[in-house]
Amino acid sequence: MATSNAGSNDPSTTRRQSKRPKYSKFTQQELPACKPILTPRAVISAFLIVTVVFIPIGVASLLASHDVVEIIDRYDAQCIPTNVTDKVAYIQTPGEKPCTRELHVEKRMKSPIYVYYQLDNFYQNHRRYVKSRNDEQLRDSGKANSVSGCEPEDDANGMPIVPCGLIAWSLFNDTYVFSRNSDNLTVNKKGISWKSDREHKFGSDVFPKNFQNGSIIGGGRLDANLSLSEQEDLIVWMRTAALPTFRKLYGKIEVDLEKGDVIKVNLQNNYNTYSFSGKKKLVLSTTSWLGGKNDFLGIGYLTVGGLSIFLAMVFTIIYLIKPRQLGDPSYLSWNRNPGGH
Amino acid sequence: MTPTTNNNYQQQQHQHPELPKSKSGSSNVNFNPFEITLNSSSRRSSMSIHESSGSRSNNSVHEVSLSRSGSKAVPVRYGSKGADSEGLSTSQRELRDEDARLVYINDPEKTNEKFEFAGNSVRTSKYSLLTFIPRNLFEQFHRVAYVYFLIIAILNQLPQLAVFGRGVSILPLAFVLFVTAVKDAYEDWRRHKSDRVENNRLASVMVDGKFEEKKWRDVRVGEVIRIKANEPIPCDIVLLSTSDPTGVAYVQTINLDGESNLKTRYAKQETHGKEGFGGVIKCEKPNRNIYGFLANMEVDGKKLSLGSSNIVLRGCELKNTSWAIGVAVYCGRETKAMLNSSGAPSKRSRLETRMNFEIIWLSFFLVALCTVTSVCAAVWLKRHKDELNLLPYYRKLDFSEEGEVENYEYYGWGLEIFFTFLMSVIVFQVMIPISLYISMELVRVGQAYFMIRDNRMYDEETKSRFQCRALNINEDLGQIKYVFSDKTGTLTQNKMEFQCASIWGVDYSYTKDSMEGEQFEHSVAVDGKVLRPKMKVKVNPELLQITRSGLQNMEGKRIHDFFLALATCNTIVPLLVDTPDPNVKLIDYQGESPDEQALTYAAAAYGFMLIERTSGHIIIDIHGETQNGYYPFLNEPSRYDHYRFNVLGLHEFDSDRKRMSVILGYPDNSVKVFVKGADTSMLNVIDKSFNMDLVRATEAHLHSYSSMGLRTLVIGMRDLNASEFEKWHSAFEAASTAVLGRAAMLRRVSSIVENSLSILGASAIEDKLQQGVPESIESLRIAGIKVWVLTGDKQETAISIGYSSKLLTSKMTQIIINSKTRESCRKSLEDALIMSKKLLSSSGVANDAGGSSEATPLALIIDGTSLVHILDSELEEQLFQLASTCSVVLCCRVAPLQKAGIVALVKNRTSDMTLAIGDGANDVSMIQMADVGVGISGQEGRQAVMASDFAMGQFGFLVPLLLIHGHWNYQRLGYMILYNFYRNAVLVLVLFWYVLFTAFTLTTAINEWSTTLYSIIYSSLPTIIVGILDKDLGKRTLLKYPQLYGAGQRHEAYNKKLFVLTMLDTLWQSLVIFWAPLFAYWSSTVDVASIGDLWTFGVVVLVNLHLAMDVIRWYWVTHVVIWGSIVATFISVMIIDAIPNLPGYWAFFHAAGTGLFWLLLLGIVIAALLPRLVVKFVYQYYFPNDIQICREAEKIGYERVVESGQIEMLPISDNPPR
Repeated sequence: MATSNAGSNDPSTTRRQSKRPKYSKFTQQELPACKPILTPRAVISAFLIVTVVFIPIGVASLLASHDVVEIIDRYDAQCIPTNVTDKVAYIQTPGEKPCTRELHVEKRMKSPIYVYYQLDNFYQNHRRYVKSRNDEQLRDSGKANSVSGCEPEDDANGMPIVPCGLIAWSLFNDTYVFSRNSDNLTVNKKGISWKSDREHKFGSDVFPKNFQNGSIIGGGRLDANLSLSEQEDLIVWMRTAALPTFRKLYGKIEVDLEKGDVIKVNLQNNYNTYSFSGKKKLVLSTTSWLGGKNDFLGIGYLTVGGLSIFLAMVFTIIYLIKPRQLGDPSYLSWNRNPGGH
Repeated sequence: MTPTTNNNYQQQQHQHPELPKSKSGSSNVNFNPFEITLNSSSRRSSMSIHESSGSRSNNSVHEVSLSRSGSKAVPVRYGSKGADSEGLSTSQRELRDEDARLVYINDPEKTNEKFEFAGNSVRTSKYSLLTFIPRNLFEQFHRVAYVYFLIIAILNQLPQLAVFGRGVSILPLAFVLFVTAVKDAYEDWRRHKSDRVENNRLASVMVDGKFEEKKWRDVRVGEVIRIKANEPIPCDIVLLSTSDPTGVAYVQTINLDGESNLKTRYAKQETHGKEGFGGVIKCEKPNRNIYGFLANMEVDGKKLSLGSSNIVLRGCELKNTSWAIGVAVYCGRETKAMLNSSGAPSKRSRLETRMNFEIIWLSFFLVALCTVTSVCAAVWLKRHKDELNLLPYYRKLDFSEEGEVENYEYYGWGLEIFFTFLMSVIVFQVMIPISLYISMELVRVGQAYFMIRDNRMYDEETKSRFQCRALNINEDLGQIKYVFSDKTGTLTQNKMEFQCASIWGVDYSYTKDSMEGEQFEHSVAVDGKVLRPKMKVKVNPELLQITRSGLQNMEGKRIHDFFLALATCNTIVPLLVDTPDPNVKLIDYQGESPDEQALTYAAAAYGFMLIERTSGHIIIDIHGETQNGYYPFLNEPSRYDHYRFNVLGLHEFDSDRKRMSVILGYPDNSVKVFVKGADTSMLNVIDKSFNMDLVRATEAHLHSYSSMGLRTLVIGMRDLNASEFEKWHSAFEAASTAVLGRAAMLRRVSSIVENSLSILGASAIEDKLQQGVPESIESLRIAGIKVWVLTGDKQETAISIGYSSKLLTSKMTQIIINSKTRESCRKSLEDALIMSKKLLSSSGVANDAGGSSEATPLALIIDGTSLVHILDSELEEQLFQLASTCSVVLCCRVAPLQKAGIVALVKNRTSDMTLAIGDGANDVSMIQMADVGVGISGQEGRQAVMASDFAMGQFGFLVPLLLIHGHWNYQRLGYMILYNFYRNAVLVLVLFWYVLFTAFTLTTAINEWSTTLYSIIYSSLPTIIVGILDKDLGKRTLLKYPQLYGAGQRHEAYNKKLFVLTMLDTLWQSLVIFWAPLFAYWSSTVDVASIGDLWTFGVVVLVNLHLAMDVIRWYWVTHVVIWGSIVATFISVMIIDAIPNLPGYWAFFHAAGTGLFWLLLLGIVIAALLPRLVVKFVYQYYFPNDIQICREAEKIGYERVVESGQIEMLPISDNPPR
């Protein structure tokens, strides 16, 4: 019987011009293959490898996260004068709305210190919102008129708005000025946006036009003399956040802050989150190789690593107590018929 | 011989048109009532078939229109030999005028004046340039999947609902449509080409009394056409005249039904040989029944009836006849051939049916997701109702119009919710894995490719490969529980070999000791040319010696008559075939029945060579030169040693008489009748005064032959004296000209001569078992497949074949049910049930667990007569119960419709899969009834193959087909379905979780292009490749342990439990993919596109690794597609993120620069796969199933044992070295 395959290999078979399918390992489904199976040894070592990889990473992430110093200050409520009852009306009235906050540095913060504003309950990922922009217009000075998708902020007074759309319209416009012991702390606002955005997405020859000229003002105004690629706050704002609680980079403080320092923040409370009861927070944070302060990754890695070592041990014990010989034909169902007949 | 006689004979022949099937049973040789296809219109009194014809299938009487899912299937008529009984019915059934078409012979103008008949141009092409686009689209949208695609795409075009960009949403559909359209266009172009060739062929048509060349497409109904030898027939024509003096024409129907033998067709005497043609033919409306034709013709005021022996169909070729003239009755698309051209039957696989059930669950789930989304959205809108106007991220109010304030894209609370619902349908559409249907088709094509290419299923003998005719039930092959097999031609080779003869009470068996005995070849010389039969036959030297010695004694005379009967009493047509040597010609005996061929070749080997047969005479060469001038009737100066016998009449075989007879006029004017038939029918009509010892001796021989599994026939003869001949002749003439009830009358007439016969002897023909049949049956049995054999043969033959094929073993207890009445049937069934229960209980513990029937297996043997009473009555249930306790069921003498009835009996009572395998037209009904029909492309026609889902060369191929390919197909497809459910659901769930964080507005973080490409590039190819290539076990293991097949029967690869488990796993994985990044990036600066890219990779890497974890065999292709898909995803995402106009510009490059991104990706994948790995390992290691153990055995070296030692305990696939 073993000759059958060999026979078909025989060149004379093919010479006979028969319709016999040509023999090949492929057509006969006999290609060489690797067939891994889950042996206890393989599985236990896999778990051990996971453990070995995950636990150090978890520890490192946790340490990194703990190294990050973060100061968070929620100011939306406090920055409304106590005599104001209608917050929305207050914020909507034009004029300066100064507010002073004090931040206490609990732990030494090494530069650069990132200054973020954090908004809560602001759906930058709302479908109406994310689509309300026109990327062509932002890039190309010749396409100022392409405002499709920007409704209802497409044009005002019969003229197209540059930059159009709800995202640009709702530009965040609180401002912060920091001082330590009456020394001004400079906030570097250069380079807070993505380089790729500055260079390719926002044109250096596109200037704001007709912006915030409509019947209602949504947020910040833009300097009409600066090209869009230089309006970094706008560029940062237009990278819409993924989640309803998000931070955006405001600037960088490039000096170290010592423990016990008191930072005075003079801010202009302009942005209206009161109409939808959103929170506003000011965040000062250092950074680590992992980014900001977040223990989740470390905990997650430690959990998975711990689970793995637990499983590895359980399987080892079970394997030692009740091993099964692999591929033993006597285990086949028809070989272990019950009864002795 | 008078012309009248001639005519009569011919007339009689009219009622015996050629038969569609050449099942040996239908031949004149095997006189089984049931193996013959029944033409049910015959009203037989005895256990007639029409009682059973109303069996479960509700088949109509004339045609079995495939009641099962057979919208496309060709109705196949089982009537065949029964053309005579049809003659009866047709003459009784008058053609009503409104059902008829009138054809004025040679007057096409008048015939076509109402323009109601189609012209002869054919169009197999579907489209023209103009209609291509609309029609092709129309046809493509017959698929539900495409309609779903389309609806989703249309929804997305509405501005309110546009979730995706317009182009993106149309792209997948457009792509699929375009590819299919290109394929269709190419196929249609080829059809156009062949149509053009066909339509421009030339036919010779009579115009104004002369024949002129005309293109086929210009031929019209009513025109008279002349066809020359070897020319194809342009349209369906009624023969008017032929070159043969008796009006016979031979046609080959190979293009029509695949049968290569010649069929005879007749021109009516009234038109034959005339110069001018006129008259009217009234015939039925065009129909697709290629074996029936109902018409009458009025010529010269005489009304003649026409039957299927008078019509020649388009697609046939004229052979052995130098010319024939006929009138076109059906043209072009109305020809029977065109009406019959339809594709393979379409069935739906069991797995797919089950899958559709789960799809419904998924749709519910989809609706649930959409409902949750819209309800949440409704609540959100309600709660923020007052803020919406100026909400920075909503801004309901639009001030851009001067002076007026209106709502921007806000249609009120109710409508917004409704739109949200529709939008969520668009976003979550992939929940219904439409691409799965397309992938499944591709996988099946791939599987079919491997099945076709499998060397194990290539039949060297017939040079035929395996054929996959139905592409959508591959996986059903892995779940078969019942195999219904035909015997002749399926278990056996249907190559008849003459084995034994009992002549005049003496047994001339072909004995073992003469095993090496010569294959005697007799040859004769005619006109200086040597004629030689095409096939050699082993002969008994003793008998040969006696035949050579001639007619010296009584014994010699009997032997002479015996062989003369074999050579004459048949319907074989000898054909002369050229050989390379110009002086040698081979005689090829063409006939419908292999039995008759075997007998004729045997007669030729013993010196009685049939040389010529026309409708009026037979020329036989007896012993060439050796016996020149020896015979008493030699008064005719015949050349050489050819004897010419006039055929005065021929009573063809019919299933009531179970015999045929021929009335020969000898050269010395004596008249003799030769009869051959089944033993039972022949022993009733022998001369009562006959030598009873001889009868007993013959009977004993018959018994021993049939217990050897041989097919037996009894030969008898008698002399007719002048008065008897006259009596018969006048009756015969009257009967053959009768208009009504001709067949019945002829049957009565036959009894005049078929009585008081003297027995000449009996012949025995061996129907050899096919190669490897016993081993195959053993394998199937071990695999837990019940093999039922349904045969038309006699009980003894069936049982003996049962033993030789190992179907029956001596250990078995046989339950035999032969009952003549319903009551006795009931009684024997009840007894048998009680007995079987007793046997089972006495054998100890019922072995439910093992599932095998170890102890005292039972075999049920039941015959057709009993089945007549049982099928379609309340006894069916009992029969089923009984049969299901038996390990073997053998049904003998069953009719084709009963075969279907038995299949239906099982099919309707269990959910187990049935497979029917057969080779002849009589198996068509059961092949179509069964879940899977397998046709054997063997000796007989192609009808079984045409009706089948799979076709192959030998029964033995069933083992590799089921145990290897069926197993693989099922395992692969079962896994593939589950995987595709998972793959799409995990994406949908990730999208859904995100929707919860976007104020329920269906923003997708995953880029819309990625969502679209997900099922096209990111994850489609691996599952297809794995679905085609992955193997859980090697061929050798599968053949070594047929029990492994049980996995399919027990639905182990796809069932509800697995579905639920998969969905739970899906849920877990989607949670990990979504929530890990969410927590890690909570209140950070991350933007939509970056986290979207992370989710994209999370999903893609995960689903590909998930697949990788389940792949059993890693080929290089598998590596390429799985890792290639991941790489392709990275490349695609990079390309998408390098387009500055998309909001997510450069997001990937930014994110990929952070460690967090990669750590998250790693964490997601490991954490998501962890539970699956644990569950999989625990199951495989501590609760291993058989497949798992064998996989380990293959891996850990038992394979070496298998390879070296007893590999292939079951030598099935091999062809002998030749």
